[in-house]
Amino acid sequence: MAGGRRGGFAGAETFKCMADLKEIQERVYPPMVEGEHTFATVSDKIGDITLKKKTPYHWFIGFAISFMVAQLLLFAVTVLLARGIGVWGNNQPVGWAFDIINFVWWIGIGHAGTLISAILLLLNQKWRTSINRFAEAMTLFAVACAAMFPLLHTGRPWLAAYWLFPYPNTMGIWPQFRSPLIWDVFAVSTYASISLLFWYVGLIPDLATLRDRAKNKFFKFVYGILSWGWRGSARHWHRYEIAYLLLAGISTPLVLSVHSIVSFDFAVSQIPGWHATIFPPYFVAGAIFAGFAMVLILCIPLRVWYNMKDFITDTHLVYMAKIMLATGLIVVYGYAMEAFFGWYSASEYEWFMVKNRIWEGPYWWSYWLLILCNGLSIQLLWFKRFRESPFWLFLISVVVSVGMWLERFVIIVTSLNRDFLPSSWAMYSPTIFDWSMFIGTIGFFFTLIYLFVRFLPVISIFEVRTLLPEANVHGHQQDFDESVLEVEYTWEKTDPPNE
Amino acid sequence: MKEDIYGIMAEFDTPTQLVDAANKVREAGYTKTDAFSPFPLHEIDEALGIKRSILPLLVFAGGITGLLSGIALQVFVHYIDYPLNVGGRPYLSWPSFVPPAYELTILLAGFTAVFGMLFLNGLPRPYHPVFNVPRFALATREKFFLVIEAADPKYDHDEVRAFMESLDPQEVFDVPE
Repeated sequence: MAGGRRGGFAGAETFKCMADLKEIQERVYPPMVEGEHTFATVSDKIGDITLKKKTPYHWFIGFAISFMVAQLLLFAVTVLLARGIGVWGNNQPVGWAFDIINFVWWIGIGHAGTLISAILLLLNQKWRTSINRFAEAMTLFAVACAAMFPLLHTGRPWLAAYWLFPYPNTMGIWPQFRSPLIWDVFAVSTYASISLLFWYVGLIPDLATLRDRAKNKFFKFVYGILSWGWRGSARHWHRYEIAYLLLAGISTPLVLSVHSIVSFDFAVSQIPGWHATIFPPYFVAGAIFAGFAMVLILCIPLRVWYNMKDFITDTHLVYMAKIMLATGLIVVYGYAMEAFFGWYSASEYEWFMVKNRIWEGPYWWSYWLLILCNGLSIQLLWFKRFRESPFWLFLISVVVSVGMWLERFVIIVTSLNRDFLPSSWAMYSPTIFDWSMFIGTIGFFFTLIYLFVRFLPVISIFEVRTLLPEANVHGHQQDFDESVLEVEYTWEKTDPPNE
Repeated sequence: MKEDIYGIMAEFDTPTQLVDAANKVREAGYTKTDAFSPFPLHEIDEALGIKRSILPLLVFAGGITGLLSGIALQVFVHYIDYPLNVGGRPYLSWPSFVPPAYELTILLAGFTAVFGMLFLNGLPRPYHPVFNVPRFALATREKFFLVIEAADPKYDHDEVRAFMESLDPQEVFDVPE
């Protein structure tokens, strides 16, 4: 109440100023946990999803559907291994098709998880806290789906090890480290390992919470083993936080490098439409764009079904929508530049590729569908009405996911189907095995997501606890808030604001 | 009786109480102490006099090891063991060795960060004497605990217990070994 002691006009000004400050603070930093919560209610509310006896009926329905769809993957892979990759629609000149389209699509989706967990942590964005856990799970599962495609494209994956991994084999040969495909192996396997570690380290304190709250002996034992005996010691937390921050620090260049290296698979080759320097940043932006769309697809139903609106607030959705808009615009800029450079290069082949892709070729419709999905649909996000409506956000996210898949289809198929020699031109169409495998991985992905939601805490409990005001020690923030409330109260009594 | 005790534990309701109490414990000269909280508290490091961990140095060493082994592996493969002329390019084409070496740097640094942290923390350790206090199950939910171990040079059961009572805790427990 320093202002109060000064009294008079200056005092009233101070009150008004501080009241405004409070308002500004609320607008700039909206509360990330809504409703009345304490450490205990946060722990119980999130932990109960896992520990409560009754599993909601919609979980069984969703899980059953996902699991059924995942059987398509089993079917496709069985046929593939029995008969070889000739069952796919790949041909000459379209030697890379669904396998690489789906690989890039899935790995891109994973990127938002790492962005949320690592980059937003380094940038001190508190809103990441309630979405990072399932975004990281999404990353892991997406990478698992992605990895299947190149591995199975080798036809006999159990023999692929000798040219993928450098080990001294009896044939005395080594992988070719000058090839982007080997860079990809290193990038994706590092990405999968580090994402798994990051996710698991984040889970340890929460698994300890579940261990201590579980009534069932079996679950208590399992969570006890998984939490490695975590007991929340201050010395442990000290090293834990250092490790967590360092992991975030190294995951940041990692996530940027992974999709850059994925784009090198194309950019290092000399195919018109692939050989472009804009690819790395444009791929990274596209990955984050697709990833946030998937995060929204997952979290919009999740927060309703499990009544998690206190933790995944409307503010979270709006922030994600804004990131989607920003990265989407970068991607659209990428499309524009691709076309522009095709013309500006004055290379006959580059310009032919652009024409083939956009209006002269047989796949022109895929390009315009892509522009509709990724370019036009996101323009709705400029408007508050759409940004703040979960229904529209969900719809736009689904459209964007389709659009990002089309983007890879356009880049891969339209660059390859009409190559340098007209005599080798050919059309590409996927077979039933291509589609089964792709749709099967979607089922597999959602099966894993459903299992994750059922058995592990979907929101990071210990990090949400730190968001509560009571988590502050001699908190300056807290003191400030209280004094502001007091000031506001006095101010309203003495000088009611004009309506 | 006293020989069977791991230490004395006090329970607190808020992080501020815990940090205040931890400050007093340090000022009273106890060194074998520990605090337990359901989330990381930065203030407690200073209050308990926890020294900065050597973990960052280990992680740096891990990263450098990854980088050097990545370079060494590729130079060995393409320059020493099996030089292969592809389109007349140099054997030591280092720019194309950057991505794998870069990824290995990150991989080993990440592994060191996680496993180094677990190793320095002495985890996994499913059993620990503090778990013998039934109320301690709340340390992962909402409550804050402070322990002075029997191994402390200044430890004297009755004295420490009286001291803990003076810190205004919710409750004080003897932690059985």
